[in-house]
Order: sequence, then structure tokens, then C-alpha cells
Amino acid sequence: MWYYEKKLQYPVKVRQCNPRLAKYLIEQYGGADGELSAALRYLNQRYTIPGKVIGLLNDIGTEEFAHLEMIATMIYKLTKDATPEQLEEAGIAPHYVNHEKSLFYHNSAGNPWTAAYIQSKGDPIADIYEDIAAEEKARATYQWIINLSDDPDLNDSLRFLREREIVHSQRFREAAQLLIEERDKKIIF
Amino acid sequence: MSNTYTKYYYPYISPFDPCKPIIRKSYPTPPQMYLGFQPPNLPQFEIKEALYRGTLWPALYSKYDKKDYRGEYDE
Amino acid sequence: MSSPKQMPPEYYQQLEEIQMVDFAIVELNLYLDTHPDDYEAIKQFNSLTYESRKLKKNFEKQFGPLMHFGRSYSQYPWQWDDQPWPWQV
Ligand SMILES: [Fe+2]
Repeated sequence: MWYYEKKLQYPVKVRQCNPRLAKYLIEQYGGADGELSAALRYLNQRYTIPGKVIGLLNDIGTEEFAHLEMIATMIYKLTKDATPEQLEEAGIAPHYVNHEKSLFYHNSAGNPWTAAYIQSKGDPIADIYEDIAAEEKARATYQWIINLSDDPDLNDSLRFLREREIVHSQRFREAAQLLIEERDKKIIF
Repeated sequence: MSNTYTKYYYPYISPFDPCKPIIRKSYPTPPQMYLGFQPPNLPQFEIKEALYRGTLWPALYSKYDKKDYRGEYDE
Repeated sequence: MSSPKQMPPEYYQQLEEIQMVDFAIVELNLYLDTHPDDYEAIKQFNSLTYESRKLKKNFEKQFGPLMHFGRSYSQYPWQWDDQPWPWQV
């Protein structure tokens, strides 16, 4: 089971009321390479992966939910007190007519989240390489959002999230190494 | 051992390209491409600093600055 | 009805200290998932875990429970559902 802790993993600050940035950030909320996809992908794969990498999938999957909450916080703060006119100017009137200011799992172009974004092949090598690729794609998405954003406080949090993808990728690369090693790590003579 | 974390390439430029060409394009190749299986006892950031770096280990830290409009990364 | 009162600077400052320690714990945890035999890293993990517990105990005395489902104590009246939530502060 999981426990909720009443804190963000990293302090999220937003300097300006700028709903346009919310439109881009939602990519990492309900997009193909976003945090929801990441969390669900890893937590689902963990049931059928060899024991030596279950813990890693479990823990990175859990951390991804903390990242999902950071993205949600950014979107919430960027839109909280914006007027419908401001939302319209920012290009998110189509979101507003369906969801008002509530969050929803769709990408920056408005496509709803789908399980087709993620995969679980049951082949440990295929799954771990999918995970490495997912981390690099998430890293790239953060780069492109940072390039579009001029909010220095928001960019600070986005740089944190980009760096986390790098560390996750590193750990999955190590997991790939563990999976091809001859010996089970528990048997040491 | 010194790896560079940005790579460059020069796309073909046609005289009929409508936008002002970006002569040199770049892309990041961050540290996880090179570290291999992380060795034990690597130097660490201070606990306070680690949070703001997004990692405990300088060996995994990758700076990212906004690209300028020409599509270049800072080295 | 007025909105709930704002949190004092100490709330942010102590929360940040917890975030710092807990972040190092997450980093070491993921590292240990692929390096289960690193004795020094386990020692550091355990000592930071101890540090985190201390910080949280102190924080919760002033600002209420950080966790639900029996991981934190509550004063009267029930404090868990008190605002602000993390995305509101
Ligand atoms: Fe990740």
C-alpha cells in the first residue's frame, strides 16, 4: 500500500500568473512521456520483472507520483486566479469549456491519456529498455518546456525534474546491466 | 577522462530555406551516457545543495540552460 | 467566511529542511536498489533516516501531521484534513 505525505518533493514556486505555461506543462501531466505514464508503466512492469530489479521499478514508480504532484501544483498555481479571458488568451479556452480549471489527464494538444502510451512486454530486457527510453523522452520534454518558459522560478523546478530523469535513466541502465549478469547478486562466494 | 555533454552538427543549408538558417545545431549528451555502473564512494554534494541540483552526485549533475533563438546550447 | 490563515516563514523553512534530507534519502534509496552491497551508503541512508524522523517530529508538533493512516499522531480536533495542502502553499 501507499502512504501520502503532506509535502512536495521539491518546493514549487511560480512567479507570474501565466496560464499559457499551464498549456505546455499539461504535456507532463497527461502526455505520452509524462509523469502519469511513467508511474503507471513502472509500477505495472514490476510484477513480472526479475527480483533484482523489482525494488528499483517500485521506487522510481513511486517517485514519479511525487513528480506528477509537482506538475499538478504548477498548473494549479498558474491558472488558479486567472480570468476566463486570460485563459482564452492563453489558448486554453477549449480546456475551460470542458473542465473549467480542474486538471485533466490530457496532453498539450488536448488528447486524453491512453494506456497505449505505455508498454509491458513481460520480457525484462524489452521492458527496461522501454524505461530508459521513457526517461530520455521525459528529459527532452522538460528541455523543450524550459525553452518556451520565461518564468525563472518555474524553470528552477523544471530543471529539478529534468535532472531526476537523468538519475532514473542511470539507474535503469544499471538495472539492464544487472539483468545480463550471469550470477544472481545474492550468491557471493 | 573528459566527456563533453553537448554535441554539434551542421545541417544542410539550401539557398531556398525560408528562415534564417541555424548553421550549427546542438543536442545534449548528459552524464548518464558515460558513467557506466556507478562506482561506490563518489564525491557528493552537501545535503542542502543536492536538493537544488536534483542529484546527490556531481558525476550525474547536468546543467541545462535555455537554448537561445538560434537553437544553440551553451557549452 | 475568511480563508484559512497563511503559514508563517518557519513552516517553509522547516519544510525545506525536511525536503533536503528526504531528497538525499530518495537518492540513496535508488542507488542502493542497484548497489545493495554498499555498506557506507547504507550507513548514510540509516543516519539520514534518523535525522528525517527527528525533523518531522519537531515539524508536526507545530504544524500538524505530515502523514495519514497512523503514520503521524493527531491533536484534538482531527488535524489531518487541515489546510493548506502541499499544492496550496
Ligand atoms: Fe523519471
